[in-house]
Amino acid sequence: MDLFSAQEVTKTYSNFKALSEVSISVPEGTVFGLLGPNGAGKTTLIRIINQITAPDSGTIWFQGRQMKADDIYQIGYLPEERGLYKKMKVGEQALYLGMLKGLSRRDAMRELKIWFEKFEIISWWDKKVMELSKGMQQKVQFICTVLHKPQLMIFDEPFSGFDPINAEILKEEILRMKREGATIIFSTHNMESVEELCDHIALIDKSKKILDGPTLNIREQYKSNIFDVAYKGDFSKIEQQIGHKYSILAHDETGRTNSLKIQFLNGSSSGTLIKDLVDQVEIVSFNELIPSMNEVFIKVVKQNA
Amino acid sequence: MSKIGLVLTREYTTRVRKKSFIVMTVLMPALMAAMFILPSYFMSQDDTKERTIAVYDGSTILLGQLESNNYTKFKFIPEAEYLKIKDHLKSSEFYALLVVQPNLLNTNTVQLISASNIPFDLKYQIRDKIRSVIEKEKMADVIKQTNVPDLETRIAATKTSINVNTIKLGESGEAKKSSTEIGMVLGYIFGFVIYMFILLYGQMVMQGVMEEKQSRIVEVIISSVKPFELMMGKIIGIAMVGLTQLFIWIILGVAIISGARGMMPAAQHAGSAQEIMAQSAQANAPAELDKMQDILSMMGSVNFPLIIGCFIFFFIGGYLLYSSLFAAVGSAVDAQEDAQQFMMPIMMPIILAILVMMSAIKNPEGPVAFWFSMIPFTSPVVMMARIPFGVPYWQLGLSMVLLIATFVAMVWAAGKIYRTGILMYGKKASWKELGKWLTYKS
Repeated sequence: MDLFSAQEVTKTYSNFKALSEVSISVPEGTVFGLLGPNGAGKTTLIRIINQITAPDSGTIWFQGRQMKADDIYQIGYLPEERGLYKKMKVGEQALYLGMLKGLSRRDAMRELKIWFEKFEIISWWDKKVMELSKGMQQKVQFICTVLHKPQLMIFDEPFSGFDPINAEILKEEILRMKREGATIIFSTHNMESVEELCDHIALIDKSKKILDGPTLNIREQYKSNIFDVAYKGDFSKIEQQIGHKYSILAHDETGRTNSLKIQFLNGSSSGTLIKDLVDQVEIVSFNELIPSMNEVFIKVVKQNA
Repeated sequence: MSKIGLVLTREYTTRVRKKSFIVMTVLMPALMAAMFILPSYFMSQDDTKERTIAVYDGSTILLGQLESNNYTKFKFIPEAEYLKIKDHLKSSEFYALLVVQPNLLNTNTVQLISASNIPFDLKYQIRDKIRSVIEKEKMADVIKQTNVPDLETRIAATKTSINVNTIKLGESGEAKKSSTEIGMVLGYIFGFVIYMFILLYGQMVMQGVMEEKQSRIVEVIISSVKPFELMMGKIIGIAMVGLTQLFIWIILGVAIISGARGMMPAAQHAGSAQEIMAQSAQANAPAELDKMQDILSMMGSVNFPLIIGCFIFFFIGGYLLYSSLFAAVGSAVDAQEDAQQFMMPIMMPIILAILVMMSAIKNPEGPVAFWFSMIPFTSPVVMMARIPFGVPYWQLGLSMVLLIATFVAMVWAAGKIYRTGILMYGKKASWKELGKWLTYKS
């Protein structure tokens, strides 16, 4: 079931179209990657989900019905541009933000204690935010985002500003919350983390959604029939016998085994390629190259230009 | 707790706990008290330096007539001595040299020469002494010439001082003593308090909005709270900070005044108000007590419930009107420097209001006072200055209705600008831009 979906959402600012009939569906208990170049309209969509702004047309669905004002208590939002009240104490501020999300003072206190203990930051409680480093502030803000155990969490570039160790801790926490049933919308430019975390993605460019689906399917969809082959034998033999049927993108004969990158032209299949190769050389390994999300992103956005 | 209540509580508690707030709240009455008490304290310290003044009287009118007192001695010196010390005053025993020319009665001028600066007190003391001698002299001349018996006492009897007891006819036709002085003082105080409050706390609202925008926390907050709730929570929370301060000041003020009164023996024998009333009810009440009774009856003629009610209304109305504008400005700019261009048009009417108030106090029923007490941007200050003098109810009502309509419209417009402004970064807002934001749908 979809926890959240947006249907044909359009938003225009005076004469600038921020979103044009964008539809996305986020299945419950998954991580959904919201991708797109800068200025594509991601932030506008996120703000619509958070009810910070309303769409001009289109509908927003939450838990199978149209979204209500109260649903923001079920959402946790970590914006890309982080910020806390600099002169307020950490604990007090976290309490305030938790209570704004509908927690009672006591519940907020209890949850905060758990998180502060887990991250070993109890000693920060009475410090002013401005006394903390940027990374520490981000940790506090992350806690504030998830404190009220929202069903839907929206993370905009959550890992920026974290060192690799803390980024790893954060990633673990996100995956743990997903296992516990949370649904996560994840917006980032870091395609490696998309491959690692996202079950589904949608790519928005120039206010339109230009691609969506399960991450693996999309990568599959954008494969271009290129194979990485390691073999023992003569490259010239391959070139002479089957060179006309395939395009050879690269070859290397300097290693222990020779290797080549080969792409078959239309109307061929991996089966025929193997057969053709076996006749010429001894195959050591044979891999289809699946494009990285990075490559897919660049390709799709360039095509859309 | 409702969300607006949460926002309000945060705005209130963070500010009230600030050191600057506590220091300001305690220090301000102390400073004010010092401003009033110190000068009068110093004034009461008598000039106890002994000075001898040499008098060379060329006219001989003053000879022997200037009486010395404990501190200021006059010594008449002959011409020979005068010529001797004239140029060596510094090394002489005299503090100053008073030179009276023979033609004193024509010029009415004397010279007071000293090596040091002559205190004002001494100068006026000498002036008054000479004047009374000359007046006596002239009087004696006139009496001699006209030969009218008892002329001196007769002339003295013509000297009159007039008290104008202003009486205002009340609704029911009963006459009450009213006082323009008390009206002026009250009008000034109330108008000024509203002016200060709008200016100080309105800008505090703007700073608060800018802080939230600059620290970028605003996006997190408005994913939980409606921008309008955030804005109103802030405005009301800060208003309560101001009211708290005002309240503490009033209490401290009353404490200081009653404390100071206890210290002044002169005021002590005046006793309680009732005592005065009782005493002055007797036929031959002393004039001083009569005056006290006057003041009390004047105070009684002031319609305090109306004034205080209006004060609260215009205070809240004016503050809401301006602070919502300040909030809108704070939301529209990225940095303090950019705020200046928007501040000007907001500050102008407030400053105009305080200027108009000064003239409205002198002429509370003139056209300037009337119109500016109707215009909602100036009415909170100007109307407060008029109310102690009595304002027709239709004018009061009209002014209030206009103020309510305007602040509702302004809060609405400010909410629209605010909602768009707080999320708008890196764009230098222009007036045209702000106008556009008004038309944006949520």
